[in-house]
Amino acid sequence: MSTPTASGAKDQVARLLTLVPYLHTHGEVRLDEAAAALGLAPEQLLSDLKVLLMCGLPGGYPDDLIDVDLDALEGPEADGVIRVSNADYLSRPLRLTPTEATAIIVALRALRSSAREETREVVDRALAKLEAAAAEGSAARQIDPGEEDPDRLDLARLEADLRDAAARQRQVRLSYFVPSRDEQSERVVDPRGLVTAHGFTYLDAWCHSAEAPRLFRLDRIDEAEVLDTPVATAPEPPRDLSDGLFTRADDTTPVTLRVEREARWIVEYYPVEAVRSRRGGGLDVDLLVADERWLQRLLLRLAPHARVLSPTELDQAFTRRAQDTLSLYAGPA
Amino acid sequence: MAVHKSERLLNLLIMLLVQRHYVSKDRIRAILYPDSSTDAFEKMFERDKEELRSLGVPIEVGNMDAYFDDEPGYRIRPDEFALPDVSLTADEAAVIGLATRVWEHARLAEATTEAVRKLTALGLPLDVSALDIAQPRLSADEPSFDVFWEATQERTPVEFEYRRSGATATTTRHLEPWGVVRYSGRWYVVGLDTDRGEERVFRLSRVQGEARRNGQPGSYDVPPGTDVRATTMRLAPEPATGHATLLVREGSGLALRRDAESVEPGVPGPDDRTGWDRVVISRGGPGVADEVLGYGPDVYVEEPASLRDEVVRRLRAVVAAS
Repeated sequence: MSTPTASGAKDQVARLLTLVPYLHTHGEVRLDEAAAALGLAPEQLLSDLKVLLMCGLPGGYPDDLIDVDLDALEGPEADGVIRVSNADYLSRPLRLTPTEATAIIVALRALRSSAREETREVVDRALAKLEAAAAEGSAARQIDPGEEDPDRLDLARLEADLRDAAARQRQVRLSYFVPSRDEQSERVVDPRGLVTAHGFTYLDAWCHSAEAPRLFRLDRIDEAEVLDTPVATAPEPPRDLSDGLFTRADDTTPVTLRVEREARWIVEYYPVEAVRSRRGGGLDVDLLVADERWLQRLLLRLAPHARVLSPTELDQAFTRRAQDTLSLYAGPA
Repeated sequence: MAVHKSERLLNLLIMLLVQRHYVSKDRIRAILYPDSSTDAFEKMFERDKEELRSLGVPIEVGNMDAYFDDEPGYRIRPDEFALPDVSLTADEAAVIGLATRVWEHARLAEATTEAVRKLTALGLPLDVSALDIAQPRLSADEPSFDVFWEATQERTPVEFEYRRSGATATTTRHLEPWGVVRYSGRWYVVGLDTDRGEERVFRLSRVQGEARRNGQPGSYDVPPGTDVRATTMRLAPEPATGHATLLVREGSGLALRRDAESVEPGVPGPDDRTGWDRVVISRGGPGVADEVLGYGPDVYVEEPASLRDEVVRRLRAVVAAS
């Protein structure tokens, strides 16, 4: 077990072993530039540099120490450029650790499986060079990320196409499936950008059929054709979904559901207004429902672990629908 | 304190790196730990070596024949220490830059970033703009993933509780992991099950609780020629698939039709209100009944009987409770 102080020192040494070679290959670099390239805060980098001042060859003479020109970094004469000398023996970065080597090689293999033919060849070259550099100790052969699922791959390509369309402000024709209405629709949209919420990626766009902004879940887009037509509405940045996916519409019905333990997951999955726990693991859940068909579908999926407490008409409708379905099985089939 | 220790670690590293011969412990002590008691020195020196090694610094221990006592000596060989030269073309470098965005797993994302930092320090220009590549994401949410990943690298046996598909009880299993493989979007570990003396595959999401290391690193060898992917494909149970034959009301059930195996239009159905189509879907598992139920009176299950029974049972429960 290492104390925080101890691991702080270790991390600092790790950073220095990358910083010194970086400075060696890049010559005179500005502090902020180096910090950005290495993903560090400039203050961190400065305090790392100060450690170097006290390090060097074991002779103990002043000439043996690494020299860092602090006047160039602090004080009135500072020009912000890092100058380190007398550290040639640290001019090469440390070898990749087995974990680093494995992590980057496995990541590249995953990239390879999702790349198009031309790019695959580039990934192969990069992989070969890295594998040679990391020959010792990497367990990359033992970790196999597999082929990218073709569905996910299509999705990734769709994502790239839609991003491109939004950036170039071109209209897109979508073939979109609306599950709550069990309906396939065709529409032309002005794409604004991609947003993610609840683990799904959505296209935020102005929909010319609805004449309103709409979100389209990418995995429900069957086809997307980027048109040459420029967008017809003023471009807007995609909306921020961090507060939830559904902006409150005016025509929603407040509904209270009583769900048993088996159906509790819905509160993580759908936006809810309030949740009250019940003895035995059940919940009473308040939510706003914009589309009654969506609710009936949900209740049936959860059957028999969820009911509507209010409004009672919705519960009666649910029972009727269950009854109707059940009656299919009553007759001779 | 931390600064002081950083200096000591780095000075120790430099000292061992620049000497052509082994450096004796006495000399190390005299220069870097001059004010410490023997005990304190031993303890600190041990720990410092371990910390440098954990960063990947290869500290070698050797015998100092030239000296009269059996005092060990230490050194770091520059060729073992340094990353070999990697010369990448601009497009190769760009691909490597993209690799930092693949892992959705904090530790491995950081390890990849660190690797890329080291490559940047070699002077490679990593520019990720203008690349036509679909960005895959590798997630590994299974809590036991880290342990199996490390155990595979270190060749350390692992012990864990496992719940087999369909089973309710867990059993304790002992495994010498050979590899970790993603297949159909799920991670599996493959290795030698030492209780059974046979190769086995386990799905990480079914490992219960923490997996534990149970032995020393390097305690076994992966049999030469092992292809972990082929072994997993051979041993992993087929992803739960089954077939269901449904009657779907004309014009509805679009999601079912979209990836159906076959659709036979205009067949006799359970009522005459609309026409019906026979739709065969290939999927299994507990989710099918939920999916079918969601369509209400637009979908009727013909087969299998187990699915049909479940749908009927759940609908009866709804009607009975109202």
